[in-house]
Amino acid sequence: MTDIANTPSLPAAESRFKFVHRLLKRKTVAFGVIVLTIFVLLAVLAPYIAPYSPSKLSIVNRLKPPGGTYWFGTDEFGRDVFSRTIYAARLSLLVGAAVVALSALIGVTLGLLAGFFRRLDTPIARLIDAMMAFPDILLAIALVAALGPSLTTVIVALSIVYAPRLARIVRASTLVIRELPYVEAAQSLGISTFHIMTRHVLRNLLSPILVQGTFLFASAMLAEAGLSFLGLGVSPEIPTWGTMIASGRQYIGQADWMTYFPGLAIILSVLSLQLVGDGLRDMLDPRLRKDL
Amino acid sequence: MIRYILQRLAGMIVVMFLVVTIVFVIVRVTPGDPAAVMLGPDATPQDITDLRARLGLDKSIWVQYFLYIGQLLKGDLGHSIFLNMPVTAALMERAEPTFFLTIFSLAIACVIALPIGIYAAYRRGSFIDQASTFLAMLAASIPSFWLGLILMQFVAVRHNIFPVSGYGGPGASFLDRMYHLTLPALALGLVSSALILRFTRASMLDVLSDDYIRTARAKGLAERRVILKHALKNALIPILTVLGLTAAVLISGAVVTETVFGLPGIGNLVVSAVLRRDYPVIQGALLVIAGLYVLINFAIDMLYLLVDPRVRY
Repeated sequence: MTDIANTPSLPAAESRFKFVHRLLKRKTVAFGVIVLTIFVLLAVLAPYIAPYSPSKLSIVNRLKPPGGTYWFGTDEFGRDVFSRTIYAARLSLLVGAAVVALSALIGVTLGLLAGFFRRLDTPIARLIDAMMAFPDILLAIALVAALGPSLTTVIVALSIVYAPRLARIVRASTLVIRELPYVEAAQSLGISTFHIMTRHVLRNLLSPILVQGTFLFASAMLAEAGLSFLGLGVSPEIPTWGTMIASGRQYIGQADWMTYFPGLAIILSVLSLQLVGDGLRDMLDPRLRKDL
Repeated sequence: MIRYILQRLAGMIVVMFLVVTIVFVIVRVTPGDPAAVMLGPDATPQDITDLRARLGLDKSIWVQYFLYIGQLLKGDLGHSIFLNMPVTAALMERAEPTFFLTIFSLAIACVIALPIGIYAAYRRGSFIDQASTFLAMLAASIPSFWLGLILMQFVAVRHNIFPVSGYGGPGASFLDRMYHLTLPALALGLVSSALILRFTRASMLDVLSDDYIRTARAKGLAERRVILKHALKNALIPILTVLGLTAAVLISGAVVTETVFGLPGIGNLVVSAVLRRDYPVIQGALLVIAGLYVLINFAIDMLYLLVDPRVRY
C-alpha cells in the first residue's frame, strides 16, 4: 500500500531555496536544468538570437553544409537550419507545456472525483483502464484524424491521451488520503467537500503530479515530433523539430544535417526533462523511486 | 484461482466494451459530416447521401451504436471504401510485418536490456551501473523514427549492409524478410530497451537484498547460480509486466517506424488511412491493437500464476 502520508510534500516557501539548492547539487539535474533553461531562452528570444528569418528563402544557398555563415547548414529552400531549430523550440515547448496543463486539469479532476466519491470510482477507473489500452501515438493519430490536423488538435489529442496516466496516480493517492485522520477531522468540522478536495487533498498530491508532469512533458514533445513527422501535426511549413526531420528525410543522402540537428534538439530537451524528473522524483516522491 | 481468472475475464470484457465505445465516439466527434470529409471536396451531394446510408450515418446515434456492436460481435470490422475490401482482410494482409517487427524489436530490446539490467543491479553504484542508467535515459529520449533514419543512412545507404526499405519481394523467404526487418527492429528495440533495463535493474535490486539470497550465498552457491537462478527467477514478475508494456509501446512505435522504412504493416496502413480519412480502417486498427494490449495484459496476469508459486489469488 502506498504511504502518501509520509510522502514529503512540496517544500514550504522558506525552505524552497534549500530544496532547489539540494536539487541542483545533483549533477544530472543541474545539467538538465541548464539545458532546459537554454532551450527556453532560445525559444523566447528567438527573434533576437536567430541570425536569419526561419522562413527566409534563398534558392542560391540551398542545401549548404554547416559552416561559418550557416552554423547548421541550410535546407532545400535555402532556409537557415539553425534559425529554424531555434524557432521550432518555441512550438515544441509550447505543445509540451500546454499538454501538461490540459492533461493535468482533466486527469487531476477525474482522479480526485474517482478517489473521493465511491460511486464514481468504478466507472472512472474502468474508463482510465480503457483509455490506457490504446497505445499513445495511435490514439493521438486517431483523434487528430477525427478532429483534423492543427496545433490545437495536437494539444487536445495528446492531453486526452496522457490525462489517464495522471488520473490513475491521483486516484490511487486520493484513495489513501481520503482515509487519513485530518480529512475525517475536516469533514467533522463541516468543511465542504470541494474545499477538502482542493485545499487538503490536492495540496498533498502536488509532488507526484509535478514529477509525473515532467515526464509527460517529455512524452508530449516526443509524440508531437512523431505526429509532425507523419504529417499529422502542424502544417509542414511551420518549423517544428518533427516537420524539420520529415523534410530532411527526403534529402538525407545529400544534406543529412537537415535531419541531425532537429533530432539532436529533441534528444537533448527530452533527456533534460527526464533528468530533472528523475531528480524531482528522488527528492519528492521516494515511494515511486524504487531505484529505477 | 478459477474465481480470479473469471473476475479478470469479466474486467477484460468491461474494458473492451469501453474501448469499443471510445472507438465509436472518436469518429463521431469529427467536425461536420464524416461522409463528406471522407469523400473530399469534389463529392456530389448524392455521393455523400449514398455513403452516409452505406455507413449507417443516416440513422440515430443509438441505432448506429447498437448496429456497430452487433457488427463487431459477428467479427465484422467494417468495409474500407478506399481499399474496397473488408477492414478485417486489410488488417490480416498487413499483420505479418507488424507482428514480426514487434517480436524482433522486443527480442533485441531484451537481449540488450536484460543482461545489462542484471549486471547493473549486481554492481550497484559502479561506473557500469551509472553509465547504464544514463544510457537508458538517453535511449528513451531518442525518437525511434529519427534513429531509424540515421541507421538507414549509415548502415544501409553508406555501407550497404542492410536493405534501405521494404519487406522483400512477394516471394521472399522468411530469412529475407527478417533481413529487411533488422534495421527497423534495431531502431525500435534500442529505444524500447530503456524501460526494460530500468525495470530489470530495479526488480533485481529488490530481490538481491532479500534474505534467501543471503542464505544462498551463505550456503556457498556459485554467484552465477545465485544471480541467474535464485534472484532472476524471483525478479521476473515486474520484468514480465514491463515486457507487456513494452509490447504496447512497440506496436505504437511500429506505426511511425513502418512509415520510415516503407514496411507494408498495420502502422503504414493506419497512417495512409488517416491521410485518406478512411475511418473504418482507423477504427478497426485501433480496436484490434487496443484489444491485443488488453489480451497481452491478461496473459501476463495469467503468467504470474505459472512463474511465481506464491501468487495464489
